[in-house]
Amino acid sequence: MSAPLEVAVHCRGLTHRFSGKAAVLGLDLCVRRGEVFGLLGPNGAGKTTTIRLVNTLLPVQEGKVEVFGYDVSRSAMAVRRLMGYVPQMLSIEAALTGRENVMWFARLFDIPRRERKARVDQALEVMGLADAADRLAGTYSGGMVRRLELAQALVNRPELLVLDEPTVGLDPVARDGVWERVEEMRRATGMTVLLTTHYMEEADVLCDRVALMHLGQKRAEGPPSALKAQVGPAASLEDVFRHFTGGTLGQDESKGGLREVRGTRRTASRLG
Amino acid sequence: MKSVALAAPPAGSAEATAAANRPKPPGLAGYPRKVGTFCLVELQKLSHDRTELFTRAVQPVLWMVIYGETFTRTHAIPTGHLAYLAFLAPGIVAQSGLFVAIFYGIQIIWERDAGILTKLLVTPTPRSALIVGKAFSAGVRALAQVVVVLALSAVLGVALDLNVLHLLGSFVMVMLGSAFFACLSMTVAGVVMKRDRLMGIGQLMTMPLFFASNALYPVAIMPAWLRALSRCNPLSYEVEALRDLLVGTPANLGLDFGVMALAVVAGVTAASSLVGRLAR
Repeated sequence: MSAPLEVAVHCRGLTHRFSGKAAVLGLDLCVRRGEVFGLLGPNGAGKTTTIRLVNTLLPVQEGKVEVFGYDVSRSAMAVRRLMGYVPQMLSIEAALTGRENVMWFARLFDIPRRERKARVDQALEVMGLADAADRLAGTYSGGMVRRLELAQALVNRPELLVLDEPTVGLDPVARDGVWERVEEMRRATGMTVLLTTHYMEEADVLCDRVALMHLGQKRAEGPPSALKAQVGPAASLEDVFRHFTGGTLGQDESKGGLREVRGTRRTASRLG
Repeated sequence: MKSVALAAPPAGSAEATAAANRPKPPGLAGYPRKVGTFCLVELQKLSHDRTELFTRAVQPVLWMVIYGETFTRTHAIPTGHLAYLAFLAPGIVAQSGLFVAIFYGIQIIWERDAGILTKLLVTPTPRSALIVGKAFSAGVRALAQVVVVLALSAVLGVALDLNVLHLLGSFVMVMLGSAFFACLSMTVAGVVMKRDRLMGIGQLMTMPLFFASNALYPVAIMPAWLRALSRCNPLSYEVEALRDLLVGTPANLGLDFGVMALAVVAGVTAASSLVGRLAR
């Protein structure tokens, strides 16, 4: 372990290639303990690949990633114990009840039997799902599904919560409901949150700091207010992005694999 | 919203050192618990939707009632002193498990597409425990079918051995058989990566495995080349053991269980090494 404990996630010289093509190129990133950190950029910018390198889904090819001082290549299990993860796509088991979905993950995270039921009840209650806990998850609305996923991710009391496009496909009310709960959890517990989004206005409000990614590289990093100040007095984060990359979020249509786009659409469609 | 500690302690607190305040990892003891968790989830899914139990029962019922009854009357297949229906029943038990298990690869690809697999792979669950869990989940689902086939056999007049140990032994064998075929399917899923392709390959695997086994006819009447194939087919060892346990045809149970156990170990090893590819 080498990174100081104030650092939650530390990436150095991170490069990842798919069939020789770089998805992430020489990325240096430092997420501080307790902050909400946003990775921003359009489809194909390398956000999800970065998240997958941090959460041990992808092997590190070049460079180094540490999570709370643990090298993800050498201590993947230790890293996973510290992490809660909500992927971009809907990831609940619709044929189980809400409670069974959360209990499943409580067991996989080795929560002791004597604490398990209380922790599951607590997670469901915090996410406002106590009344619906014994209904099949397939009957939940889009916002409820996302909150159920958060309950699954939080039942382990993670030090780091990783959210990959968590509000994609949600209506504004459900989106606010998700962020309110994430923000309250963060304030109450000091948990670190690493998220990806291409909704700039969300990132502006929620994130303590952001990194703008484009074509696998980090183009800018800092608090949203500081980045906006660099560009102009009335600048938005989208202006900042345009300033540092010369493009807009929706511009690069060649990026984002078919599976990614199809998955996003499927998620949006299932969320209604 | 209630204010409760659902996440890590505040930064800078004495408790904040990353892993120090966490319960000690359970080590090897946690492995069977995780495998059991996947089996429990399968049972929970089955308990919420029992229609599958009935729809999946149709095929074995057709084999037993139409094929079995007809060939019992014609005496076309020599099965010695044993009625053909009694000879067939263990084969159909094994076939039910095979047909349930061989499509588990499709399920794991579906879970990949739905984001469930990636989330499971980010829990502190060894990949082999995930595969073993899914493999024995197939066994759990197959057992539900086995109960249906055994009940039907009894109704059709097959004199089953109801010795509890023999029944337990046959359940263990069905679990092993289903686990192996589920691993085979998940291994292929890790190679082909796509549901459509796997559906075709699933069909391509199922029928040769079934017909190149002793499920429908004795090995003795097969041509030499098919007999050789049958000896390499794990389904034959499963059927042979089930026949011994359920209808009393002598077999080398040690060999049968040994072959199936080895096949499961090989299947788990192959599928575990490939499951990570699905999440990339």
